[in-house]
Amino acid sequence: MKKKALIAAVSAVAIAMTLAACSSGGSGGGSSAAKNCTNKILVKSAPVVTVWAWYPNMAKVVDNFNNGHKDVQVCWTNVGQGGDEYNKFQTAVAAGKGAPDVVMLEADHLANYQIQGALVDISKYGANSVKKNFSAGAWKDVSVGKAVYAAPIDGGPMAMIYRKDIFAKYGITPPTTWAEYQEDAQKVKTAGGPLFGDLGSNVPAVMMALQIQKGATPFTYDPTKPKNVGISLDDSASKDVLDYWAGLVKDGLVGTQDQFTADYISGVVGGKYATYISAAWAPGYLSGAGVGKGADKGQFASAPLPQWDPSSPVSVNWGGSAFAVTTQATDKKLSTEVATGLYADSASLEDGWKNQVIFPLNQGVLKSDAFINAEVAFFDGQTVNKDIYIPAENAYEGFTYSPFQVYYYAQLQAELAKVNAGKESGSEAAAAVQASVVAYAKKQGFTVTG
Amino acid sequence: MTSSPAIVSARAPGAARVRTPGQRTAQRRKAFTGWMFIAPFGVVFLLFLVAPLLYALGLSLFTKGLATGTQFAWFANYIAAFTDPSFLRGVGFVVSFSLVLIPIQMAVSLAVALVLDAVTTRFARFSRLVIFLPYAIPAVIGAIMWGFLYSPTFGPLGQLFGLVGAHAPSLLDGDHVFGGLINVVTWQWSGYYMIIIYAALQGIDPTIYEAAKIDGANARQVAFRIKLPLVTNALLLILVFALIGTLQFFTEPAVLRPVSNGGITPDFTPNLYAYTTAFSYAQFNYASAMSFALGIVVFICVYIFLFLTRKRGSFLS
Repeated sequence: MKKKALIAAVSAVAIAMTLAACSSGGSGGGSSAAKNCTNKILVKSAPVVTVWAWYPNMAKVVDNFNNGHKDVQVCWTNVGQGGDEYNKFQTAVAAGKGAPDVVMLEADHLANYQIQGALVDISKYGANSVKKNFSAGAWKDVSVGKAVYAAPIDGGPMAMIYRKDIFAKYGITPPTTWAEYQEDAQKVKTAGGPLFGDLGSNVPAVMMALQIQKGATPFTYDPTKPKNVGISLDDSASKDVLDYWAGLVKDGLVGTQDQFTADYISGVVGGKYATYISAAWAPGYLSGAGVGKGADKGQFASAPLPQWDPSSPVSVNWGGSAFAVTTQATDKKLSTEVATGLYADSASLEDGWKNQVIFPLNQGVLKSDAFINAEVAFFDGQTVNKDIYIPAENAYEGFTYSPFQVYYYAQLQAELAKVNAGKESGSEAAAAVQASVVAYAKKQGFTVTG
Repeated sequence: MTSSPAIVSARAPGAARVRTPGQRTAQRRKAFTGWMFIAPFGVVFLLFLVAPLLYALGLSLFTKGLATGTQFAWFANYIAAFTDPSFLRGVGFVVSFSLVLIPIQMAVSLAVALVLDAVTTRFARFSRLVIFLPYAIPAVIGAIMWGFLYSPTFGPLGQLFGLVGAHAPSLLDGDHVFGGLINVVTWQWSGYYMIIIYAALQGIDPTIYEAAKIDGANARQVAFRIKLPLVTNALLLILVFALIGTLQFFTEPAVLRPVSNGGITPDFTPNLYAYTTAFSYAQFNYASAMSFALGIVVFICVYIFLFLTRKRGSFLS
């Protein structure tokens, strides 16, 4: 009897010890643990700051930073592009641990985390020393009053990328208005040509930008009065733009393929889409996925985004990111140094814009001859910076984003999928998004105004 | 073995509760040994099932708004869940999915098991392995594989339709996603269910077949009149497994969502909705409440099912 009891007791203890081992192995993470870096730490004795980012050339950028710093080293991890990273960051914020010291966030997501108290006001830690490197507008996008919540890296002025071979074959020139865009699309279709563009439901930020282009103001939000938010997602401009694209889909003029997927990229490679309504950083992601090589080399060109009213053109933006310091950072001063210094050295910026994975916001680059007059290989030597993207960036007036941008995008994505399936009109989609976002905002305790 | 019921009942009624101190210690020691034996399981059970459940239950009683902070709210989250059109649509989907999926799965696995039981060649053994194989492939890998097979660009459908000059439909878009997922899940699980039924068939006493043959029963009669009734318990087991699994449908839609062109929405199934609510919208309280609400739905469905199929001697009769 005693022996049995002993065996049972021993095995119980053994189990308990195994469990203890599990829990101790899983602790740490994020700020304190810097074991899982993708990069090599060069100065082993220096304190380490953890960074999450998904720039395609991030490995080089991090090495540049670590080479140039003896007092601090960056431990970088790519936890996913866009939504994948936001989900992980959101979970870490809710858990109160596990977030990195510095995180890459798109400008449209800053308010989302700032309202949760997840981001540090880095102006207290010397971030204003880099303010002179940016335009007033770019700095305003990362600030709330005097507080600064991130250091800007790149922007996303939008334009129309198109295939020269398809345009030549069907005898069309780049459309300057959306009406021409539709006419040209019809012309190409009638002649038996490929799809003219694509309405991917998984890039709702593009739809938001296009709605703003026609005069919509989706959100009014002042972070100094965080409980009030204005939501206007079903005004006539928003409805018009959604109806316009729903019409293109209905007529079979544009595709309905989600973007950044293997199916979409293979379509771009194969010349399935004549245009790609996109941002300045898109070519880098496309060429990184194998677009513009071999038979497609030099077939792409860029033109200004089509307008609703060519007499008063409106410039809009998609994406573009900044580095923010999280409130979970162990050393906020050092983290601020990383946020403002990472991807800010000339070698990294040059690698970024030459490969077109970023459209830099650093004035030193924007105003440099090399950047302005660069003949871009992806666009067959076209000087797109001077001709298209710099004017677009200069004309961009900034957007106001909501503190629940993630939820809004999810609703818009679901409605776009219905539009793509032919199940509802653009106006119906706009009304549905408005209803669900307003209901959500009220449930979250906001005072909603129209 | 000193306190068997027979001995206790043999005592005089008045003396039943009186025990000597020695007996009491012995009993306590025995109880202790028993507890120690279940302790390894008990520790894991408490730590990884009961504790998280209680924690989630606690979470589900609070609400947290971006602008309001955390507040105690009793059952407000549950009321919200059962009136949330997204949640109800998700429940509706998994229920109708179960109604279509389970009969198909049962029919396929039963048919294969009956055939494999009747045929005893080397080919049967090989087939058994091959049919079981999908279950051995992790669900995530299987789903990714089907994602590529379904792709209009890379999949075989694209080539088949290309032969006649047509565009292949995407089997994951809004109109086809139901059937597309039925196919994936049937492929994944039928082999496993087949093995359960097959094992039950192997357990049947062969003398019964002999007797049936002597009585002049043909192969079909043996299959439907003898084998089928004798494996009913295995079938019921499978049904309960399948019902619980399907109502909690998550892995395949979660994996296929990025390639579904929006056909799989964030609120596609209740579990997927709870996942999105927690990890994308940061509403852990509401997500916990939805998880419990789904648990209630599953419990009710399984109870109704077990009640309808109850037999004499089972715990529900």
